[in-house]
Amino acid sequence: MASQEILREEPSRASFVNDPKVRSIFFQVLVVVLLGAGVWWIVQNTIDNLARLHIASGFGFLRGRAGFDISDTAIAYSSDSTYGRAIVVGFINTLIVAGAGIVTATLIGFILGIGRLSRNWLIRKICMVYVEIFRNIPPLLVIFFWYSGVLAVLPIPRESINLPFGSFLNQRGFYFPRAVWGDGSWLIFVALLVGIAMAWFVARKARQRQMATGQQFPVFWTSLALVVGLPLLAYALSGFPLTFDFPKQSTFNLTGGFQVKPEFLSLYLALSCYTAAFIAEIVRAGIVGVSKGQTEAAGALGLRPGSILRLVVVPQAMRIIIPPLTSQYLNLTKNSSLAIAIGYPDLTATAGTVLNQTGQAIECVLIMMVVYLVLSLLTSAVMNVVNARMALVER
Amino acid sequence: MQEHDTSWVRTEMALAQQAPAGVRGPGAWVRKNLVGSVGDAILTIIGIALVVMILPQVINWAFLNAQWTGADRTFCATVAQGGIQPDGWSGACWAFVNAKFGQFMFGRYPIEERWRPILIAILFVALLVPLLIPKVPHKGLNAILFFLAMPILAFILLVGGMFGLPHVETPLWGGLLVTLSLSFVGIAASLPIGIVLALGRRSKMPIVKALCVVFIETVRGIPLITVLFMASVMLPLFLPAGVTFDKLLRALIGVSLFAAAYMAEVVRGGLQAIPKGQYEGADSLGLGYWQKMGLIVLPQALKLVIPGIVNTFIGMFKDTSLVYIIGMFDLLGVVKLNFSDANWATPQTARSGLIFAAFVFWLFCFGMSRYSMFTERRLDTGHKR
Repeated sequence: MASQEILREEPSRASFVNDPKVRSIFFQVLVVVLLGAGVWWIVQNTIDNLARLHIASGFGFLRGRAGFDISDTAIAYSSDSTYGRAIVVGFINTLIVAGAGIVTATLIGFILGIGRLSRNWLIRKICMVYVEIFRNIPPLLVIFFWYSGVLAVLPIPRESINLPFGSFLNQRGFYFPRAVWGDGSWLIFVALLVGIAMAWFVARKARQRQMATGQQFPVFWTSLALVVGLPLLAYALSGFPLTFDFPKQSTFNLTGGFQVKPEFLSLYLALSCYTAAFIAEIVRAGIVGVSKGQTEAAGALGLRPGSILRLVVVPQAMRIIIPPLTSQYLNLTKNSSLAIAIGYPDLTATAGTVLNQTGQAIECVLIMMVVYLVLSLLTSAVMNVVNARMALVER
Repeated sequence: MQEHDTSWVRTEMALAQQAPAGVRGPGAWVRKNLVGSVGDAILTIIGIALVVMILPQVINWAFLNAQWTGADRTFCATVAQGGIQPDGWSGACWAFVNAKFGQFMFGRYPIEERWRPILIAILFVALLVPLLIPKVPHKGLNAILFFLAMPILAFILLVGGMFGLPHVETPLWGGLLVTLSLSFVGIAASLPIGIVLALGRRSKMPIVKALCVVFIETVRGIPLITVLFMASVMLPLFLPAGVTFDKLLRALIGVSLFAAAYMAEVVRGGLQAIPKGQYEGADSLGLGYWQKMGLIVLPQALKLVIPGIVNTFIGMFKDTSLVYIIGMFDLLGVVKLNFSDANWATPQTARSGLIFAAFVFWLFCFGMSRYSMFTERRLDTGHKR
């Protein structure tokens, strides 16, 4: 816009109406006035409507007794708890299903994405078919498919399907042995933490030594020994405190063990399957985006194929992958709100129930919006940090 | 200067020889693509195992064992479940889809009035197909008919209540009819709104810019369900007492605004990719803001982001299924609703219905993505940055 700057320095020959500055101010004032009028109109209407419906605005209702039950609760909750606690329970459920979904979707997605670039024709085609199917159907349909198409037609508890490690699958969900931590099991966790810290320290020292002297050190095996070995040692030393509570079949139901309800299972599986297809495409694009010259140059420097992948291709591919991957994680988190369709009590579902019971529409929708916005912003922030560490360091 | 002796240089072309037997033919293809190395061979075995495990089951279920015709649930239930199929039978219940096909397409639209959506569908296809084929002439007229005349005609025909047509209330609409109406209006509304938002976001007026940024980022940060909730429970509160909105219209507003925010980001990407020289060139020609954008920048920017725009369309088409949650019956909603029909309750019903719905959704989305790839190749004039 340099040309305009120069023009403006001279006495304006154009009429007042055509001055960009005047126009800009005029339009902005117009927008503000229109918007203000619109907001005022809406607020007036809302106040009238609320008064007519005898709804008191404000968040005081959150302290009222909820009076409804929630099937999946991670923290203590009963129908005597408050509305506020019900919403918190829903929020934690959202976090659980989104977190689990993100991990699984990333795993499946990376496997599929790499599979799509395999030299093996069959693997390539299988991955392609998967991606093309799941990218083109609505996530809600996938959730329904798992819920009513697969899990609802599983056998009744008496005829449960036996799975390895003493787990069972039936209409009421997936049962697996629950770990019971006895006395002294804190030692195992301490050992695990110590192991991780030591592994990190060893890796750091090894890198410093390699930089200084060129001598390599088997970091991977040492770390593995530290991270797995130390907890095992602690487990043995503290007298094997870990036992398992296996689910047992009784006449009508399974007792004991840990039950994963079909609502959670279908939501989790659907979100993972659906998002994995998108992640696969992102991973594929990322790897394709690293030019072949990089691989060849690394080969010319004498790196072995494994090192080429680890040191040259993957770091550059990650740079391309991370930004769109972030938005997929956000999408998954937002899609977890589809839980309401099958009755998994996530944030949207519990807040929706509260909305229906109290009629506090504005407050409840506001809570939902703020929570999802904060979640989105947090995820973006974390991924931005990761991205900044990965980004190209230019001289 | 000494004369070069070139007698050793060959003067006639050597005849091209066939490639060695090892690198051509099906055998070589298998060697290269399936058993290139030990790892490859193992992968191939795993792949074959997967295919052998899944494919025959799928074919058996969907075609060989499927029940294609039937009047009620007995045709799709095993003897133990009170039907006619042998115990242990597992096959698709296409009879269910067959019996409910009318509902899946039109919902509860009155049967004697169904010629109206059918007529609109024929008109839709008749106008859309020539619009999509690049070689067919009269694109301008075609577009005007498609985007202006057809929606008006569709509104008159589908809603009725004038010209002697009986009024059909929108709660009676359902199935694919709702899915397609929502998507069409959503697509037609979200693109212009998205363009305006994107221009606003890149505007030099701070207030306009701030408003657009806040709108776009807020909508993109929340799930569609929240937006639909807002449209269905908060919109009535915002309006004066007594003014009511059609439920379908509320969903339409929600879906359009939601898609517009995503569209705005896609368009913004295109606007950013246009070199500054184009903006300055337009300025130096003395074009005003709207002329500059409409004639110079947007045509180039939109062309760049066609894949992104189509992806947003596909996303929106899939998202229309969410209106089920606020109590409307689109294709998926109607299918789900019919699971509770006691006349058809069998273990296979849900699966068959959902797979049918998935197939319909898949057809539309896959078609759109393939067409976008085709257009991308056709419009690629080498200016891509």
